[in-house]
Amino acid sequence: MSQQVLQTDADVRCVGLTKRFGEVLAVDSVDLEVRRGEFFTMLGPSGSGKTTTLRLIAGFERPDEGRVELAGNDVSREPPYARNVNTVFQDYALFPHMTVLENVEYGLLVRRVRKDDRRRRAHAALEMVRLGGLAQRKPSQLSGGQRQRVALARAIVNQPRALLLDEPLGALDLKLRQQLQIELKQIQKELGMTFVYVTHDQEEALTMSDRIAVFNEGRVEQVGAPAEMYEHPRTEFVAGFIGTSNVLVRNGRTFTVRPEKIRVLPADAGEGEPGVVRAAVYLGAVTRYLVELEGGGELVALQQNLEVSSSDVHAMEGKRVRLAWRPDVEFAIKEGT
Amino acid sequence: MAVDAAREAGSFRGARLRLSSVLWRRPWLKLVVLLVPPVAAFVAVYAASLGAMLVSSFWTSDSFTAAIVHTWTLDQYRAIFSLSDPTYLRIAGRTIGMAAAVTVTDAILAFPLAFFMAKIAGRRTRSLLFVMVLLPLWSSYLVRIYSWTTILSKSGPLNWFLNGLGLPDAQLQFTNKAMWIVFSYVWLPFMILPIYAALERIPGSLLEASRDLGARGSRTFRSVILPLAFPGVVAGSIFTFSLTLGDYITPLLVGGPGSSLIGNIVSEQSASNLTFAAAYAMVPVGVMALYIALARRLGAFEAL
Repeated sequence: MSQQVLQTDADVRCVGLTKRFGEVLAVDSVDLEVRRGEFFTMLGPSGSGKTTTLRLIAGFERPDEGRVELAGNDVSREPPYARNVNTVFQDYALFPHMTVLENVEYGLLVRRVRKDDRRRRAHAALEMVRLGGLAQRKPSQLSGGQRQRVALARAIVNQPRALLLDEPLGALDLKLRQQLQIELKQIQKELGMTFVYVTHDQEEALTMSDRIAVFNEGRVEQVGAPAEMYEHPRTEFVAGFIGTSNVLVRNGRTFTVRPEKIRVLPADAGEGEPGVVRAAVYLGAVTRYLVELEGGGELVALQQNLEVSSSDVHAMEGKRVRLAWRPDVEFAIKEGT
Repeated sequence: MAVDAAREAGSFRGARLRLSSVLWRRPWLKLVVLLVPPVAAFVAVYAASLGAMLVSSFWTSDSFTAAIVHTWTLDQYRAIFSLSDPTYLRIAGRTIGMAAAVTVTDAILAFPLAFFMAKIAGRRTRSLLFVMVLLPLWSSYLVRIYSWTTILSKSGPLNWFLNGLGLPDAQLQFTNKAMWIVFSYVWLPFMILPIYAALERIPGSLLEASRDLGARGSRTFRSVILPLAFPGVVAGSIFTFSLTLGDYITPLLVGGPGSSLIGNIVSEQSASNLTFAAAYAMVPVGVMALYIALARRLGAFEAL
């Protein structure tokens, strides 16, 4: 499938997509383009419209305005079963009365794929998510992580144009989540499949994505590669949502400085802005300082614990310090959310 | 400390506190106190009378005085299962057939309504439908059956309506069809509610997942909704089936000369031949036992 030649390089395109629920404007004229074979993440707080946008792409909701295109075709009026996309649901939505194998085969069965072909492809998909031995189990006999893998196998076995994932790791604990992040990314690369991934976890987004769209109040604030979003946030909201906000206003200019770019110096140092340490948190390899600046505003600074112990860190609270950073790590942003 | 304070007061409250702490320390005692009344009622009223009925079905009655003769015999069951005079077998067959027809009818009528209530209707519509489903149960069952005798009567609203459309009379009064219609009507709520409960437990995401994987409505219904709602259908069918098996008022009021069910025979014979009535009343018990065993083998109770 990945060898196919295409006229357009956008697998999923949203044009002026708008969705209202009663008085609430859930999605507000969203324009997006997801490229062929890309891991695209829609990132935002709950209620920001990212999940609704995903459901509009899947066809579970109908747009009030705008359209959804898959591989160049307008599918806005097509029902979900006619769209060549598959969804991995947040609650996995595995059929409890079917075995793992039957769950994975369901999409092929519905599309009348021959039985031996169906079996072979289902087993291959289960191997891919490393669940080869559990084909005859019922979903209730699986752990959360295993159910997640079944949901993934059930979706990828159909070789959809794009795979839609709605916070698929949200219900798992941190360790398992981190492990599955890496596996998901590997599977995506191996298949060369377009993934549209919804999450509210910025770390997850930075780890996995080729590009990220940050959602806020139904609108897309910014789209870009992870490093670009982190280093060059265009709005205060993006700066705050990806990383720590650290926004300062100086001489009428609003800008952001990333915590790890700031040096914490003694009060008698010859450079930097003076301030008072409001909190110092020892995090093992690093210490996080919250400093209230005399010139107005607060900054979070991260320092490596090169020659500092936890008791030294504690003694820093309430002390006067100076914060210094190179001018070229300041990034001007638009004010407001 | 609270116990000490209460003891000082030496009051009723103190005694209550002591009692509750005794119960707290011995959970089994609390269970015994809670369960003795219902279990006693169940054993004394329900199980004992069923047992008495079973025992007397193996006795016989004096044909002249109707007094019970305490000698063990299978005569009553021989009369019921007699092939030379299959009257009672025929009536039992009619009763079971009627119960099956009513159950199937109710399942077909109840499913779409239950689905609408559980998965489509908004909160207000759902409450309204609940009231409409339950409202008939607040009025007497007799009144509702009598009103059907009026509806189905020769000069009743049904024929009035049919004649208005230029159609001939539907001669339903005092027939088995009338009985089937009325039974299906009176037991319908008992089918709607369990199916509703089963459908309500199916997460909406399962229906979305099925559509997402390429299934149209009919396929989703066959492969996802029906298998998951099946325990609810079976629960409802146990109600409609057993209620029809045991009823004798509907055949009396809307049925005709050939409409007697098991219940009518039991009711007629209980004055003159109590032991036969007891034996014949065991037939629905046996049928229900078989029915539930069959449902269990089909896996209807696995989700409970």
